[in-house]
Amino acid sequence: MTPHILTRSLDRAATAFILIVAAVGVLIPLSNLLLPQGSMFQVPTYLVALWGKYVCYAILALSIDLIWGYCGILSLGHGAFFALGGYAMGMYLMRQIGSRGVYGNPILPDFMVFLNWDKLPWYWYGFDKFAFAALMVLLVPGLLAFCFGWLAFRSRVTGVYLSIITQAMTYALLLAFFRNDFGFGGNNGLTDFKDILGFNVQAEGTRAALFLLSCLALIIGFLICRTIVTSKLGKVLIAVRDAESRTRFLGYRVESYKLFVFTLSACMAGVAGALYVPQVGIINPSEFAPANSIEAVIWVAVGGRGTLIGAALGAVVVNYAKTFFTSGPLAPYWLFMLGALFILVTLLLPKGIVGTFNSWWETSKATNGSPDADSAAREDGVGAPNPAE
Amino acid sequence: MNVMDTRATSAMLYLDGVHVSFDGFHAINNLSLALEPGEMRAIIGPNGAGKTTMMDIITGKTKPDEGTVLFDGTVDLTRLDETRIAELGIGRKFQKPTVFESQTVQDNLLLALNVDHSVRGTLFWRGSKAESERIDKVLETIRLTDARNRLAGSLSHGQKQWLEIGMLLAQDPKVLLVDEPVAGMTDVETHLTAELLKEINKNHTIMVVEHDMTFVRELGVKVTCLHEGTVLAEGSIDQVSSNERVVEVYLGR
Repeated sequence: MTPHILTRSLDRAATAFILIVAAVGVLIPLSNLLLPQGSMFQVPTYLVALWGKYVCYAILALSIDLIWGYCGILSLGHGAFFALGGYAMGMYLMRQIGSRGVYGNPILPDFMVFLNWDKLPWYWYGFDKFAFAALMVLLVPGLLAFCFGWLAFRSRVTGVYLSIITQAMTYALLLAFFRNDFGFGGNNGLTDFKDILGFNVQAEGTRAALFLLSCLALIIGFLICRTIVTSKLGKVLIAVRDAESRTRFLGYRVESYKLFVFTLSACMAGVAGALYVPQVGIINPSEFAPANSIEAVIWVAVGGRGTLIGAALGAVVVNYAKTFFTSGPLAPYWLFMLGALFILVTLLLPKGIVGTFNSWWETSKATNGSPDADSAAREDGVGAPNPAE
Repeated sequence: MNVMDTRATSAMLYLDGVHVSFDGFHAINNLSLALEPGEMRAIIGPNGAGKTTMMDIITGKTKPDEGTVLFDGTVDLTRLDETRIAELGIGRKFQKPTVFESQTVQDNLLLALNVDHSVRGTLFWRGSKAESERIDKVLETIRLTDARNRLAGSLSHGQKQWLEIGMLLAQDPKVLLVDEPVAGMTDVETHLTAELLKEINKNHTIMVVEHDMTFVRELGVKVTCLHEGTVLAEGSIDQVSSNERVVEVYLGR
């Protein structure tokens, strides 16, 4: 009587979103590779890389929306999981340089030679293999989130207190990764990448493939999130978000639910970071900056918390605006604009772009007397979260 | 570990010599109370008498400083947390109606059903005929069948109270703790609620806290009056309401 959990997750908006992302993922690389340079419809390579970056940010935003929008966990340190995934990928890319580095050492990355290290630290072992690195992309952020969440959720740290310690976590990692003797290139981070799986990272074909992969990851991440939020688990998450102690009195182990989504969300953020690094060509400790994590939360708020599609849209819209404004004469004022944007969205669109659109759509359907307005509201399964929270 | 070898008491819920203080304020003071299986008990008492704190202790929200709290004569509730206690079969309705406002009425009941509450179980949940029949039955009992697809937040105050009682029914616990079920209800609703509780009492043990004396009288059950965290009087409604001390501290002359 109830459809399979995957089919249940696909309503009209979700299907449309997936199709659009898939179309973008195929068309942009195709236009870049096949059309002659200078043609009106040819997407230049730098734009492919730029949009690839936006797609990675969209995955990060999705992971934040899953925990914040549906479970009420406001993480202000999700950039840390993104950066850890990025570092795992960066370590693989560093080992691929081999003897082509400035110092020509076949094993040690340049910065280690520069620091007079004579052998590879143990935690760099295995990163010459892509499969191992890919596993670490999921495992390192996941494990950190699991340990962090296990301690925090079991002690019932919630609300602003949880947000503050997530900030502290990413800040602590920022300081650690800044240190040269930590073994991750210190201030400069990891850069100067040459190959990924034998393909030149700078090549147009590789960039196009990375873009396509990022779109694919966005679709898969979106499907996972949709499956979760449309399952009974999703209803429990919303229950936790809206009335945590009530959920406990019904016999749900709230901390297990939080731990599950928090860990999953961290893994997603790690994948986003791993796809981001080869496209931007560098990973350094600034990715751990607390401001980055806060910015990511702003994307979600702008797009619409608790809508998933909104999170992805918000990431693209805000970052497009950032690129647009910071490349013009308005560059020095970008941070003021970002702040103003957040204030305006909070005041005028407390449900974000997609949330506002949804309520407008539902009201207009209801006033048109459409009989299935009620069932449409039910299909979503969720009212928007309380913005005042 | 927390299950004793033999039943210490025949009572379903047994509190003995319980003390709780918050920052030096003695909220519960040598409280002793026993609820027999199948009994319905009304608890009355002035504000601050410790009624809600007592429920907090039974459901694991508050840990007592001293004293014994036994469920079903064998389980020491003071060692368990809220989730475990709920799983054992103690359900609670809060003073302020607490439903999941952004979800539909039937989803509220679905969440309350006493089925697999694990992360895995809920992720791969497919629903079953038996479950939807139980939900239909509860909806009928609480008269919310027509409102099943409405968001719980859009219900009237009285309907929310009923939805919360419905959630208790879906949870199907052995003991129901019901905190002020008729607060803010009309006379008709109050009467219907009394009928509903009596119906539920046929196969559940119930403890109900209420200020509405007409309602308590209508329930027609044993009454316990609390005052300053301890039992002031216990007996039939007539015995308790004619007790000098009860009149003095609670009912007024």
